[in-house]
This record gives sequence, structure tokens and C-alpha cells, in this order.
Amino acid sequence: MSENDKPFTAYSFQQYLNQGQLKASQCVDCQKIYLPVRAICPDCGQSNMDWIELSGKGKLAAYTSVYIGPSFMNERGYGRDKPYLTGIVELEEGPRISARLLGLDPENPSKIKIGTPLVYSGIEIGDGDGNSIQLAFKAGE
Amino acid sequence: MPDNHKKLARGVSLVGAGMSKFGSFPEKSSRDLFIDAFQEMSKSVDKDFDPQRIEYVCIGNFSSDLFEGQSHIAPIMADAVGLVPRAAVRVEDACASSGVALRQGIMGIASGLYDVVLVGGVEMMTKLPTSQVTDTLAAAGDVLYEIPVGFTFPGFYAAMASAYFDRYGAAPEDLMQVALKNHANGALNDKAQFGVTIPDWMEKRKRSAEKKGRPVPEWKDEWDFLHDDRANPMIAWPLRLFDCSPITDGATAAMIVADDLAKEFTDYPLKIIGSGQASDYPMHDRDDLTSIGAAKLAAQEAYQMAGVTAKDIQLAEVHDCFTIAEVIASEDLGFFEPGTGYSQAEKGTTTRDGEIPINTSGGLKAKGHPVGASGIGQVVEIFKQLRGRAGERQIKGDLKLGLAHNVGATGQTCVVHIFQREE
Repeated sequence: MSENDKPFTAYSFQQYLNQGQLKASQCVDCQKIYLPVRAICPDCGQSNMDWIELSGKGKLAAYTSVYIGPSFMNERGYGRDKPYLTGIVELEEGPRISARLLGLDPENPSKIKIGTPLVYSGIEIGDGDGNSIQLAFKAGE
Repeated sequence: MPDNHKKLARGVSLVGAGMSKFGSFPEKSSRDLFIDAFQEMSKSVDKDFDPQRIEYVCIGNFSSDLFEGQSHIAPIMADAVGLVPRAAVRVEDACASSGVALRQGIMGIASGLYDVVLVGGVEMMTKLPTSQVTDTLAAAGDVLYEIPVGFTFPGFYAAMASAYFDRYGAAPEDLMQVALKNHANGALNDKAQFGVTIPDWMEKRKRSAEKKGRPVPEWKDEWDFLHDDRANPMIAWPLRLFDCSPITDGATAAMIVADDLAKEFTDYPLKIIGSGQASDYPMHDRDDLTSIGAAKLAAQEAYQMAGVTAKDIQLAEVHDCFTIAEVIASEDLGFFEPGTGYSQAEKGTTTRDGEIPINTSGGLKAKGHPVGASGIGQVVEIFKQLRGRAGERQIKGDLKLGLAHNVGATGQTCVVHIFQREE
């Protein structure tokens, strides 16, 4: 199975992340790029997608510092005394995606600026086997 | 978008509405709460009301499966109020479940299939510990792309607030004004979970500390209290505890009938003159994070069906699951220009004696937010206000038009209804 035969699913997206690649789907007919990946293009209605690798560059569109998190983040030591940042990143290629935010201070969220340049950076959140990379971006050009 | 100029094939009226007390009820089950709501609704129907005239039951519920380990609750609710063997259906659209249940009931009558329909909502949330409630609510987000990166529901709305603050220069204090207003309204609602003003709450905390022999906090005023990290902790910046609606048990019920039957039930029916609903992408796929697209479209559909505009609406119950959500709703519904909603609570425009009172019930913020029941909880308030039966919190003047705005999740669903008092 060649790379571009991978189905346009969240599972495939995660497999690429685990290999260190940030990929999106692109409609072959109308060229629109989608992340989260889509199998059907909502713009032109066709199902003619290709995988493309993204530059990983983007900017901050919206964010929050989470003090009361979900169980799986609490289990990783986050919580009231250790908040974490998450938000929405607008990628250079156009699409926006939800992601963890690194290299910015979760204790001083009011100092963070919308529009801050970001670059892709995965976070290993599994057993260190590279099989569960959480989507994250860090501050930087 | 489909043609939204369509009208209902047959008019629908609201003839009864009621709710259980909202709060935390370890000794009750969801069916007990639904019985409470049904009984209050039945009492609100003025004329002799035979419940056996109900032909169809439509119940909003987000997640009895996870909250109570009970699926398939619609027939259970119908049974609890003596309505077996009527067709009973559960509607799930996250926190918009019962607003959408109302719309489904309306469609049932407009289609000609039924004449008399019971709509309602129920949610029993406090049986789970808070961390599991957070996880259960998160299931209304996108579990493939949003939840795995640590978003929570307060987090989603906090992110919208970050975009709103950046564009329009609003500040956390503007959101606190919304909380102050809604708690002031909730203090006049005996059904509210936190029916107490924030200044009274603060005094209560002081007295409680004194009683327990603990150091009494020295808050100068409610602003001091709201800025105190211990009294009002950060949940997801910039939203603190008092920016968030609570975890709530509660049930709501309303009876809707074909227009031509309304006077058989009450001399004071409300006509449901507008109904609109739309969906939207997850937050990251939206172009604008300072507005909820589905709310604008649902409002547009409802206004067009009703033949009215935002300026005609005299009161609204809007989905203030978080304080920022009320601000955004007030702009999406057209009451205020984009970027101007945040200052209206402080100006008094949205208070009970303002130009457009919003959330006179206390809103989800003070009244409580049993998620699948909240949409019809809003309808209960509109029903009371338009019929002049809202007691101490009654809005003065000749009220004819009210609106209810109910949002699911981050705005992936929104449903809007407009009610008119008959002459």
C-alpha cells in the first residue's frame, strides 16, 4: 500500500503524526486543503483527495489555559496547580486545527497574543513508544 | 442552506409549561424530576386538562447513558407520567436537546400527525463525581480532534472569549457583569439552583467562615470577591467559576397543541410563531470565533417565519452556559452590533428593567444547567413572563414577544423559538 493509499481518517492522520509528519487532505478537484482530514470535499462534493504534508507553520487564533482538565490530563499531572495551554492554530496553508500550545506561559495567559507565530511540535503522551503523539505547536517562527 | 422561508403547515400553540426545582438531588432519579416538571406543567394549563389527550412524547436528554447508566429513557419518562402506550422519542443534540425536542414536537403537530404533544427535557448529572461529569460533557465535543488536545467545555468557550477580547477589547470584568446580573435575577426564582445574588453569596461565605471559627475573608466588595482566586478560582482562562453554569439535576415539560385547539386548554395560549435550527462545524473549522454561525442562521429562520425582527423582541432567554456565551448570543440574535454586547449588562440594557431583558430566570448561570432540560427551561420562563405570572421578577409593560435561544456544545447546534401572546 503506497502512502497515498491511506484512507482519509483520523487513524491515518494519527499514524502520520506518530511518524513525525503533519499531514492534511487536499481535494484534487478544487485544491482546498482540509485538517481535520476529510474524505469528501464539502466545497465541491467530490471524493478525490490526496495527502499533503504541511509546513507546520501557523499562528495562534484562539487559546485558553486549562486549570480544571479532563481525567487523562489530570493523570499526567495537570490541574489547578499546573495548568496547560490549548487552543486553535491557523496554519499557513489555511486550515485551522485544535492543538496543545507549548513555549508560552500557562500561568500568565493574559500576556499571550492572538497571532503569535507557531510551529508544529508533537508531544509524546503514551509510553514513550512513539505511538501516541499529541498534536501540539510551540511558539516560534 | 435549504429554503428557510417556509412556514409551518399548521400553527402550534404553547398551552402549558413547568419545571422541577433545579439543583442536586441525591434522593431522586431523573423520572422523579420529570414527574415534578409534568405536574407543574399540568397545573399551568388553566382549563380542565385530561393528560390522556396527549398523543406523543418528545424528550430532550444529553446523556442519561453515561450520567445514570440508563439508555432509552423516553418510554420510561412517558410511563412515569402515565402515558404508555404513546409514541415516545428521545432527542439528543447535546445542551440543545430539549430546544430541539420542542421543534420536533412542533413538526409533529404541523405535519398533522398529532394534535397534542408533550415535550420536555431531563438530565441527572450529580450522581457522577465532577471529573467524570467533565469527561461526559466533553463527549459533546469532537472526540477525535478536540478532546485529545485537552479541550474542555469551559476551555472551548474560554477560547472564544480570547478571540472576542482580542478583537473587541473586552475584559474579564465585562463577563463578571453578566454573572452579577443573572444571579440577581436568579435570586428571585425559587426554582434556581443558585438563586442568590453574588453579594449575598459573599456574605454567606463570610458568615460560614465565622461560624466554623476560620479566618473571615476580607473582601471589600463583590469585585474583590470575584477577583479572589480562592473564592472564584480560574477554570479555563479567562473563565472563572462564576463565569460557568453549574452541574445540575433537573427536568422541564411543556405542552403544545394545534392552534385551533389551544382555547380548549387555556384562555392565554402563546403562539409559537417562529422556529429555526442550524448546525455548524467544530470550532476550529469556523472562520469567526467571536460568533456562533448556527445561532445566526437559526435566528434568521425563526425571525423570517415569525415575520418579526430582533427589534420587536421584548425579552429573551439565551444559552448562557458561560458568561461569554450570553454576550455572543446577544449579538448573534441581532440585539446588539458585533463587539458591543459585552458592555450591555453593565449599562443595564439587559437587566429586568432594561430595553431587552435577557435571562430574567437567572439563566443557566444561576438557575442551573441540567443540559438536556435547559432548552425547555427557557420556554418555562418565556411562558411565565408573557402571561404576567413571573412573580417578583415579572418584567413591567405590555409583553407580547419573547425568544428562546438554545445552543448545543460549542454551537454545533443552535435552535431558536419565538413566542407571541395572543390578544
